[in-house]
Amino acid sequence: MSPRKVARGLYALWYREFKVFTRERSRVVSSIVTPLFFVLILGGGLGSIVNLPGVGYQTFIYPGFLAMVVLFTSVFFGTYVVWDKRIDFLKEVLISPVARATIFTGKVLGGVTDAAIQVSILMLLGVFFGLPFNLLSVVAALFMLFLFAVGMVSLGLVIGSFMESPQGFGLIGSFVIFPMFLLSGALYPLENLPRWMAVLTHVNPVTYAVDGVRGVLLGASSHSFIFDLSIVFLFSAIMIALGTWSFNRMKV
Amino acid sequence: MSIIETFDLTKVFGSLTAVQKVSFKVDAGEIFGLLGPNGAGKTTLLMMLSTLLKPSSGSASVNGFDILRNPGKVRESIGMVFQDPSSDDILTGYENLKLHTLLYNLPRNVAEDRIRKVLELVDLSDRKDDQVKKYSGGMRRRLELARGLLHRPKVLFLDEPTLGLDPQTREHVWQYIERLVKEENVTIVVTTHYMEEADRLCDRVAIIDHGRIVVLDSPRNLKNHLGGDVVRLKVDEAQVEKLKGFSFVKRIERANGIVNLTVENVGRNLQELLKVTGDAELVEVHPSSLNDVFLYYTGRGIRPEAETPEGGWWERTVRARLNR
Repeated sequence: MSPRKVARGLYALWYREFKVFTRERSRVVSSIVTPLFFVLILGGGLGSIVNLPGVGYQTFIYPGFLAMVVLFTSVFFGTYVVWDKRIDFLKEVLISPVARATIFTGKVLGGVTDAAIQVSILMLLGVFFGLPFNLLSVVAALFMLFLFAVGMVSLGLVIGSFMESPQGFGLIGSFVIFPMFLLSGALYPLENLPRWMAVLTHVNPVTYAVDGVRGVLLGASSHSFIFDLSIVFLFSAIMIALGTWSFNRMKV
Repeated sequence: MSIIETFDLTKVFGSLTAVQKVSFKVDAGEIFGLLGPNGAGKTTLLMMLSTLLKPSSGSASVNGFDILRNPGKVRESIGMVFQDPSSDDILTGYENLKLHTLLYNLPRNVAEDRIRKVLELVDLSDRKDDQVKKYSGGMRRRLELARGLLHRPKVLFLDEPTLGLDPQTREHVWQYIERLVKEENVTIVVTTHYMEEADRLCDRVAIIDHGRIVVLDSPRNLKNHLGGDVVRLKVDEAQVEKLKGFSFVKRIERANGIVNLTVENVGRNLQELLKVTGDAELVEVHPSSLNDVFLYYTGRGIRPEAETPEGGWWERTVRARLNR
């Protein structure tokens, strides 16, 4: 298959996802407003009793919520595969000459675009929550979140390729997302955790995305940025491989 | 020249054989019909020919490419209008078509030109910028037809193209299909369980039942083979036996107190027939139709359309078979 064909195929898939995204403004608004509520209420409520050295609690959890919006948007992007099966649109795509791997990659690009737009808006709003900004740290944080989104969109698409109903996806999706979010250190520092929680947070890829973003934005992290980035990169690579495999075996 | 060839094509789902050793050839430029009740295996057959489903055994080629060895080339050669609409209803009609030209890698200027042409062909030019969810069922189907033509496929598969359409729209769709064959020189394979559709459109028809091809010929030959016209009578049961003596009565079938006869030269022989039977409560004469052909080969009428149940096409196929 020629590179031009692949590029056109990718553009086709992305074009469709982006058009759908722009038509569903309520989805975009709610995906930004929900984390803001969390920051305001959780941050405001717990902030009055939690004392962290050097940084306010609301500011501390803000990077966690940047990761949250990526996590939720990305994984739930997989619902669209299930919908595509439902409305039979998937057949139109699968019967075209475009290769399955290209279809998967195009979908990933579409999902990552959604997540990137939302997280960028949320990043800017961080000004109001005491997020110290400089260009380099913002670029580094966005790069980390981008890589993270690639892995999480892939994960969502893998789940979606196996599911038959949107309800089923919602169930499994939540089952995957909530533990990943709660055990990521988004809401608390990773030091001095009970042993069982320490183990779970360490095997959770979200932890490293949160830690990396917090490191570059607030200068407070448990691991080096390169280490965090490597883990997220590795996770995303595995998810892409898994996604390509699952799309190859997917039936309409 | 055959543009489609299948040899012993078979698909088994668990204990269910959906398609059983089907072999046929389709000539280029032909309208080829697959006629059969719901769940006969028509859609499964199309799914295999379009590489969406792998056969359990047997082989097939489309446009000279083997469906297993060269699925990519097969997909480049074909277009498909699915039984259920497969356009994205959040996008506009135009956007759905544009998406299709991207998937099939048409150069931009060619793409815009063809989109304009197919929109004209299906009378949707003035609605192209409306979201598809605002379209009526008939409009949606026409959009799907237009989309199937965009990339000028060598073979166009139409899976129940007029299912659920009102008679007027159905007539329109038929006209489009006929125009297509003339203007675009495509080969068309159409599945249907509407007899009049097969009769009206198809050069040749394969009657499929229980996953097998029962008979394959032109609608005219199929009807001629019955050897006469159909006479339906409601008469005294005792008189029916006497009808067996006539050489011009080719077949006698009884169903629900009504006798179906296949009669040679009805114009000449009807009177004699009625003399023997005495007064009839009901007399109907009609030229033999594909429906009679179907009855003759399968021993039963084509089932009325079942309600469309939930689930993917596979589940539906399986369920339709189980409900038999």
